[in-house]
Amino acid sequence: MFRGIPVSEGIGIGKAYVISGKKLEYEKRNVKNTTAEKERFRMAVKTFCEERENMAAKLEAEGSLAQADILRGHIMMIQDPFMTSQIEDQIDTGICAEQACEEELGIYREMFLSVGDEITEQRAADVDDICCGVIGILTGCSAGSVADIPPGSVIVVEELTPSMTAEMNKANVVGIVAEKGGMTSHSAIIARSLGIPAVLSVPGAMSEFVNQLNVIVDGNDGIVFPDPCEDTLNDYRAQKKFLDEEREGLKAYENRPTETADGTKHELCCNVGNLNDATDAAESGGDGIGLFRTEFLFMSRDSMPDEELQFETYKKAAELFKDKEPGNIIIRTLDIGGDKAVPYLEMKEEDNPFLGFRAIRYCLENTELFKTQLRAILRASAFGNIKIMVPLVTEVTEMVKVRQLVDNIKTDLDEEKIDYDKNIQVGAMIETPSASLIADLLAKECDFFSIGTNDLTQYTMAADRGNSKVTYLNNYLEPSVIRSIKHIIECAKCADIPVGMCGEAAADPLMIPLLIAFGLDEFSVSPKAVLKTRYNISRWSVADAKDIAEHVLTLSTAGEIQRYLRRTVYNK
Amino acid sequence: MVSKNVKIVNSEGFHMRPVSAFVKEMSQFTSDVKIEAGDKVVNGKSVMNLMAAGIRCGAEINVVCTGDDEEAALNAAIAMIESGFGEK
Repeated sequence: MFRGIPVSEGIGIGKAYVISGKKLEYEKRNVKNTTAEKERFRMAVKTFCEERENMAAKLEAEGSLAQADILRGHIMMIQDPFMTSQIEDQIDTGICAEQACEEELGIYREMFLSVGDEITEQRAADVDDICCGVIGILTGCSAGSVADIPPGSVIVVEELTPSMTAEMNKANVVGIVAEKGGMTSHSAIIARSLGIPAVLSVPGAMSEFVNQLNVIVDGNDGIVFPDPCEDTLNDYRAQKKFLDEEREGLKAYENRPTETADGTKHELCCNVGNLNDATDAAESGGDGIGLFRTEFLFMSRDSMPDEELQFETYKKAAELFKDKEPGNIIIRTLDIGGDKAVPYLEMKEEDNPFLGFRAIRYCLENTELFKTQLRAILRASAFGNIKIMVPLVTEVTEMVKVRQLVDNIKTDLDEEKIDYDKNIQVGAMIETPSASLIADLLAKECDFFSIGTNDLTQYTMAADRGNSKVTYLNNYLEPSVIRSIKHIIECAKCADIPVGMCGEAAADPLMIPLLIAFGLDEFSVSPKAVLKTRYNISRWSVADAKDIAEHVLTLSTAGEIQRYLRRTVYNK
Repeated sequence: MVSKNVKIVNSEGFHMRPVSAFVKEMSQFTSDVKIEAGDKVVNGKSVMNLMAAGIRCGAEINVVCTGDDEEAALNAAIAMIESGFGEK
């Protein structure tokens, strides 16, 4: 089993097709007639540009605009007059055009790699692609052909280049594995635009995989299985079938209420980080915003955003959902500290930022900043169904203090005759073991709960989200996390307050039957997961979901729970 | 010779698209165009060298134009950079 970076989701099952690296083979020659050699170089560049333009036009016709852009970029790059004159100067010293190209382009390749940002590093891959192309034209040998890839192929390659994708028959490709590349690499962009599952940065793939080997590419979890056993194949076939049906069935879930198979209604909202996301959320058919992260307003700036700017932003978000009923907009107050630094706030570096001075702890010490934000939210509440959510709550006192601040601001606004929602709800994000354990006590001071599963998992499992050595513990299917979630929902039910979930788990098909069984009211997911989540909720009746949950609660490891849920959910 | 300091405001910085547009515009002038960024001096009509300079959003650069149409070239360069290369 190989692990890499999942960059394009889906499951691909097929046979390996290894595309060996293009070789830059040519004979180094001394050139006497440099004028003729320079002309040969110019002709090669001309042919190269024509070829790339043809490929770009073909890709454009297929709707692959991003790749067409990349290929046209190659034309701009090779036509750089400054660089071509450098190459011609090299030819004047008596070396052949191939060598002059390789050496000059090699210098740029190194320059791009040394810049140290990912986008510029990508240009080095473009330089390689251009270099292969031009030298291929000069020598007359076309590089490794990808034109006749057989159907059902998983492409294994060092790096997928835009020129390769232009040539290959994409309908025959079911998965992509590359040794290099990250989320923003060409390979990733290409794979996503074609909707082909892909895992990148898989070291050693080129040497470990041979043609015709059976391969599973799990583009969701970033796993590649060479020569999988029958059990694994069956599991993944079931998951692939499920994902295919899910994708095909999604259209039918547009403009529909979110409800279980037996008609229990759920609210389906979106997690957003800025107004663009909020627009996506409204267009995706979400009922509202279940988590509005406000950090973006504070980060990537030189100074504090003032009340007006915040007010305008929150107001605009609310107005996007003014036609929805109830159109809840849950705004999470500033969640910064340690790992999420804001330069102008001069926060100290800490040994343990995740356990340190952050989120509500910081805001309650820096009340001026906090009051500005609360005042902006309250003013915006006149324009929509806005709620206030407090992050990283660990004790009841924090909620009492926040409520006191909100009440004070309400009094001020009354005196200033400024409109706001007098019944604005104030709730807690439940994402610490402490908040979970005292959920019954917190419920008395909260109008709602929202469970943040990412942090709840990290804190419950005492496993750093960013540490790859303990990634295996960072799993919300751990029995402790599932019990914690169940407890939180029960406490909310007892106190008769609504409870939602705004972590990744809310959109996981494996988790959804459990959440239905426990009685979660609201699911908050990324805008692109809205239809998928609605579909997955619709697959279960409450009774079926309860049967599954009952069995899950008897299992003692995350592995057992995962295996059971995979079989049950994907084979339904 | 004329020159002016300017700050890069588009989020991408001097990457493919903005660089292409910039070079296309600058090529219309006969003057030499140089970009000074930190300790680097780069030919303002070279796509490859501009990208290799890795000039990011927020960077302060100095544009230097030398030649018969230097004023017009500088004005065009500054206008383009300040407008964020038309990036949305």
